[in-house]
Amino acid sequence: MSLGYPILSTLIWLPIIAGLIVLFAGRNNPAFAKWFSLGAAVLTFLLSLPLYVAFDTTTSAMQFVERASWIPQYNIEYFLGVDGLSMPLVLLTTFTQVLVIASAWTVIKERVEQYMGAFMIMQGLMIGVFVALDSILFYVFWEALLIPMFIVIGKWGGPKRVYATLKFFIYTFMGSVFMLVAFLYMFFQSGSFSILDFHAMPIGMTAQILIFLAFLIAFAVKIPMFPVHTWLPDAHVEAPTAGSVVLAAIMLKMGGYGFVRFSLPITPDASMTLDWLIIALSLIAIVYIAFVALIQSDMKKLVAYSSIAHMGFVTLGLFLVYSIVSKTGDVHGAALGMEGAMVQMISHGFISGAMFLAIGVLYDRMHTREIGAYGGVVNSMPWFGFFAVLFAMANAGLPGTSGFVGEFMVILSSFKANVWFGVLAATTLIVGAAYTLWMIKRVIFGSVANEEIAKLQDLNRREFAIMATLAFVIILLGVWPNPLLEVMHSSVDNLLIQATTSKL
Amino acid sequence: MNFVIPDFMPAIPEIVLLALASFILIADTMWSKRFANATYYATQFTLLLVGVLILISFTTDTVVTFDQSFARDAFADVLKIFIVIVSLGVFLFSREYLKQNDFYKGEFFTLGLFAILGMFVMVSAYNFITLFVGLEIMSLAMYAMIAMQRDSSKATEAAIKYFVLGALATGLLLYGLSMIYGATGSLTIPEVKSVVEAGKADSVVLAFGVVFIVIGLGFKLGAVPFHMWVPDVYHGSPTAVTLFIGAAPKIAAFAIVYRLLVDGVPGLVLDWQPLLIIMAVLSMVVGTVIAIAQTNFKRLLAYSGIAHIGFLLLGFIAATPEGYSAAMFYVLVYALTSVAAFGMIITLARTGFEFDEIKDFKGLNQRNPWLAAMMLIIMFSMAGIPPFIGFYAKVVVLQEVITAGFVWLAIVGVVTAVAGAFYYLRVVKVMYFDTAPVEGELKATTKEMAVAVSVFSLALLVLGLMPAWLMTIVYNSLLV
Repeated sequence: MSLGYPILSTLIWLPIIAGLIVLFAGRNNPAFAKWFSLGAAVLTFLLSLPLYVAFDTTTSAMQFVERASWIPQYNIEYFLGVDGLSMPLVLLTTFTQVLVIASAWTVIKERVEQYMGAFMIMQGLMIGVFVALDSILFYVFWEALLIPMFIVIGKWGGPKRVYATLKFFIYTFMGSVFMLVAFLYMFFQSGSFSILDFHAMPIGMTAQILIFLAFLIAFAVKIPMFPVHTWLPDAHVEAPTAGSVVLAAIMLKMGGYGFVRFSLPITPDASMTLDWLIIALSLIAIVYIAFVALIQSDMKKLVAYSSIAHMGFVTLGLFLVYSIVSKTGDVHGAALGMEGAMVQMISHGFISGAMFLAIGVLYDRMHTREIGAYGGVVNSMPWFGFFAVLFAMANAGLPGTSGFVGEFMVILSSFKANVWFGVLAATTLIVGAAYTLWMIKRVIFGSVANEEIAKLQDLNRREFAIMATLAFVIILLGVWPNPLLEVMHSSVDNLLIQATTSKL
Repeated sequence: MNFVIPDFMPAIPEIVLLALASFILIADTMWSKRFANATYYATQFTLLLVGVLILISFTTDTVVTFDQSFARDAFADVLKIFIVIVSLGVFLFSREYLKQNDFYKGEFFTLGLFAILGMFVMVSAYNFITLFVGLEIMSLAMYAMIAMQRDSSKATEAAIKYFVLGALATGLLLYGLSMIYGATGSLTIPEVKSVVEAGKADSVVLAFGVVFIVIGLGFKLGAVPFHMWVPDVYHGSPTAVTLFIGAAPKIAAFAIVYRLLVDGVPGLVLDWQPLLIIMAVLSMVVGTVIAIAQTNFKRLLAYSGIAHIGFLLLGFIAATPEGYSAAMFYVLVYALTSVAAFGMIITLARTGFEFDEIKDFKGLNQRNPWLAAMMLIIMFSMAGIPPFIGFYAKVVVLQEVITAGFVWLAIVGVVTAVAGAFYYLRVVKVMYFDTAPVEGELKATTKEMAVAVSVFSLALLVLGLMPAWLMTIVYNSLLV
């Protein structure tokens, strides 16, 4: 499928150019910076809708493809395209961006143009990551993204922001360079940097294992998986609200996207050999990290740990396929887990974004994230209480919210693979509910803790609009996930075939 | 004896450069009292003229003249053009700095021109004597430039250090060259090559010769373990001189490595490759690790430069034409980045305030967001983060070293690149996250310099978005 114009390039470059304009023209003119960014974000979102409308759900081939030579010496191309795996993530990005810009409206007072500009540039780069089909182009977007995020956390973050942002940068950079070496090695073998060519090339077992491990380091840091998750709580806690939202809602998804775009199709045999490793780490994330979340006293940290646990479901769902196939011999039975993982990614994007925005609303008023400083917020902020409880329920995986769909699909298919996987994964239904609802109980309900809480103002119209939009999407996907599943179907089937076809 | 008049045409740029440099040297003594800026403009004009001369007579053929001692080929022309570009920037940045520090003297510019002449000769050298003469022209001019600030004890110390170690390195190089001469009976590079390849020379003597040559070149490049002079010289020299020795001479050093090892003794690749591997790994590791501890920005750039030389050597280790192209691409990118980085220091320096400590950059984003953004580009380009050109420079050398079968070297390279990112990030951190000790806008010393530093920095971004352009030039110059 293709439209009359290069829609993917538009989606990448429109925000980046808008960001640059904001950087230059917005100095000493914060109102312009805000309105222009919001306008550009809304426009990008509207322009991204044709991706969904014109998307051909019957094929797993790349759509809206743009291809041009970029660095002929090394056969590097400007090669873009989306399939059912990446298209929802692009829409998630453009959608979240509007809320992100709106959320920072009154909070950021210092260097507004740099803040807005950084987020706009980041948006273009994030879309680039999801649509790039040349591995070097992918890597360029992937790494370039670190620069604005580094600045955003370090400049507008909390008290330990410098430590957090350096840790974030070095961790992610360390992870990705191994991926780069893997790309270069595969170019040496295949003569092409195209990801699609990588999918097709045969690779020996030793090389596959090494490439798999290189990818694993890169994506495990990004997603993040236990035990390389430690940068995330720091980065989340210190980042400004919008930074946390972008991190949780979109940047973590890049790790999951990396697994489906690179690890599974490029190194299927190594994935099969080492799937136990991923499954073990995922289960540790789901069980252990959930308990870690339980004891947090900082709301953002709690949600950060819950993100890690939720991402455990993504990796678990993706790598269950091999156990299921070896047990039942049915490739398509494994589709459930994989689709569950994809749905979980999208849904977590909305829910974690919503959670962080809700915490941001409280933080803007009280300037603390300590759970102990709150209590009885619902008395002075009834609307906020309503949304917070709704988001918390979604985070805990209540049926009827989008959080339920993905988790449920993954848990079902893990029972198919191995009863113990299922039992362990299902503990999240208890522990996840425990940490989220316990936090809600302490913050939202109970008696009014102090005078400041009694004086709190409820949501203003801007905040209400942001919350209501997210609530709408979370419930919509919860009761009617089909539109999302539909676009993924053929691509997931194709991925299953790639992941289970030996490349030796 | 039969005397043949050699063909002077290929050497026209060098001849013009020599003539004008000599003219400026004499004229400066007369006009410097009346016209303060005459020497500066004459120097820049000379460089422009030489650059244009090279461009209009650009050729992809190899022309050899002066009894096989001087070669003009696309390789030489491309390097010379970049030496000119880099030096134009260097002189432009130096001018205001020299004025402020009271040694705005004609000698700086004439010595600079002679050093550039030396580099040109090195780049075009086709026999050992020419190569050696070029090296000496350049080195002697640079010793004098460092020592020009006579009352600065730091500068004098740096000059002596550079002179003593430079002379030692030259001696080792000469010793190595004489051994090769002894074994092959020839001083001309292509003849040496054919004798070595025919296997007629004594391999033990050749191996000794290669070891000494590599050590000499290691000194000149500033590769570990022959790097001791680099930080002291960079730190001790006046910033304008550091700027000069940090950029163009690296291009010339690259050229002689190429001429000697690749043009001259490719047959001995198994002898020099392991030596370069040791030097490359040590340079990357030692340069990166020590740079982390630096608080002075010039010293930081010195150590990071050592790490960059390690990366550059990876291209030679690959020992393929593509590998040499990658190394050449790397050195050109490094030279441009280095001019931009030192140019930034000079642009922000004031009389009596060198602006060379990392802490001087505190809160630069508050005081001058534009220059802070330029500095951000320079730092991320040096760290090898896309979309800046420094990333592609690293990618191509890593690609070639992997293609040559040294995946482990690539791993060492990327790990040191990650560690190296830390100190570049620290500079960005200081600029963006720390609050400025003093309020108020920090203006560039002159508008001209702000423009120049912006041009160099933005070039890193633009080339990064379209790296194919520079790569085409480099690759075509070596692969024809």
